[in-house]
Amino acid sequence: MKNGLILFFLSSSFLFTQSDQMSADDIMKAMDQNLNAESRIITSKMVVKGRRNNRTIESKNWVVGTELAFTEYLSPPREAGTKMLKIGEKLYTYSPQTDRVIQISGHMLRQSVMGSDMSYNDMMEDRPIEELYSATIEGSTMLDGRDHWIMVLDAKVKGISYPKRRSWVDKEYLLPKKEELYAKSGKLLKTASLEGIKKIEGRWFPSKFVYKDELKRNSKGTEWIIDNIQFNKKIPDSRFSKALLRK
Amino acid sequence: MLFNIAIKNLFGAKLRTSLNVFVTSISFFLVIFISGMYDGMREYAKNITIETEVAGGTYWHPGYDSMDPRTFEDSHSIIPNQIKKLIDQKYAFGVLISQASIYPNGRIMPVVMKGITPDQTIVNMPTNVLDQHNDIAIPVLIGSGMAKNANLKVGDSFTIRWLDADRTYDADEGTIVHIMETENFKLDLGNIWIPLSKAQSMLAMKNQATYVTYAKDLEAIKDIEDWIHHDIDYMIRDMEAIIKADEPGAQVMYSILLALAAMGIFNAQVLSIFRRGKEIGTLMALGMTRSRVVGLFTLEGGLNALLAGIITIILFGPVLFYFGENGIPLPMDYSEMGMLVAKRLIPIYSFSLIISTTILISIIVLVVSYIPSRKITKMKPTDALRGRAAV
Repeated sequence: MKNGLILFFLSSSFLFTQSDQMSADDIMKAMDQNLNAESRIITSKMVVKGRRNNRTIESKNWVVGTELAFTEYLSPPREAGTKMLKIGEKLYTYSPQTDRVIQISGHMLRQSVMGSDMSYNDMMEDRPIEELYSATIEGSTMLDGRDHWIMVLDAKVKGISYPKRRSWVDKEYLLPKKEELYAKSGKLLKTASLEGIKKIEGRWFPSKFVYKDELKRNSKGTEWIIDNIQFNKKIPDSRFSKALLRK
Repeated sequence: MLFNIAIKNLFGAKLRTSLNVFVTSISFFLVIFISGMYDGMREYAKNITIETEVAGGTYWHPGYDSMDPRTFEDSHSIIPNQIKKLIDQKYAFGVLISQASIYPNGRIMPVVMKGITPDQTIVNMPTNVLDQHNDIAIPVLIGSGMAKNANLKVGDSFTIRWLDADRTYDADEGTIVHIMETENFKLDLGNIWIPLSKAQSMLAMKNQATYVTYAKDLEAIKDIEDWIHHDIDYMIRDMEAIIKADEPGAQVMYSILLALAAMGIFNAQVLSIFRRGKEIGTLMALGMTRSRVVGLFTLEGGLNALLAGIITIILFGPVLFYFGENGIPLPMDYSEMGMLVAKRLIPIYSFSLIISTTILISIIVLVVSYIPSRKITKMKPTDALRGRAAV
């Protein structure tokens, strides 16, 4: 489910040899092809950096396409047992403390997930980028010694959280090393970056994402560290049933 | 004649009468004082709500529930025609509500963002200040409680982030143009006020509102489509509920006090009839009917209530007057608990409160005076004269 926001960062390597000839649309298409894996099973850690200390939250995610996602939090004890289920546009959470399933909707989607710099809205938005944005290549630049395109993405549909994005896309990995997310007014709201790119099951994949709410002056960001990821594994439909939230 | 005898007897039993009268007068005082406080709370909540929030009444979008922020997202629509006419005639104004986040001093704070017509004069809010700052991206009016919580002062700027009607994030800089002192926490804590037209353009909700407040003394209009009319009683229902929930506790205390007074009088009556057997016999022998003797004793008891009333005026009247004029300072600020209670509560002693309390206490005193006196009807004058009356 967390993959929602990061979908944009994911890209495949099989296209990199042709990358210099690629148009902005081709790059987006390539990203979408990578993002929309049939399924993913991810074990990850979210490190929420606070002013005094850091909180590490471990979770396991099962994702099928862009419509179904199930997350179970494994630790710390306070969060262990908390579950989230995304079915299409709907997001349900279960908290063992209250033993209740709540549908997250309306303004609650803007609240941060587990005190991180990510909102539920960020998690929900995982439709293919090509469907949501029209992209232009602004230019090229070197970043950390690697060649990147600077891409500007403008929303072409209504109803998405961030109407404008600027991405620094690695020409070899076809992954955005850095991304800025803007409000309608052009104000920078969030930044995201990815680190530790390695080849997993034939595709380049980052092992760490860093999100930062740029409006929070004291925010040190939130890290999302992928411990393990498996692509295209068979996940039974029962994994995405509401009944499983309480089990 | 009965009255003279009753007065004489009553003053004759000095200490007993004094104690009975004093306890009854304390009951009088406390019932009036505590009821006065509740009435004061009600009146305060009502007045403040009318003055600052409701005026004559409100028309709400059907989806809006002021107590449920989850409804804010979808509670907005084009204002119905008949209500719009009131707004055009300056008899009403609209408010558009949305959830937002502000970042004062770089930290995130969820708020309710309310767009209001700056030139309204219908409620007591200094909204006109929002119209005097065309150079500011988003002029913001907040209450002093909110300013304290967010550590903000006039001139401070912060980022406001919101989702528009298309659920797209937008953000811009808001600047505090005024900090209002308001006794209505509902306008203060967790709220930021901006010009209505600005809110409508920010949220992409042109000509829309969440609720409309109309001026006092206006008749409620009928043709309001699916919008819902709410009067002042509806708007203070939460305060009424709190008072109602608290009242049983006060009623238990009244009952204890009244029971103490009644027991004192009851006891005095039983004792009188027992000790004054010869007197009863003499009165009967002299031709006084039993019912008149019962009346005499009941009157003696009942006069306790009259004396208690007089003592209440003399002893506690100044206290009631003082608090009625100066109010009672409350030890804490109830607004943070979501209650519309004045920092200095002024009790209101209405005429009906005083009359109803007097009638209630008088009836109780008369009943407890009459019940033991009924024994007299069963007395034989001869036994009574010998002092053998059984009570």
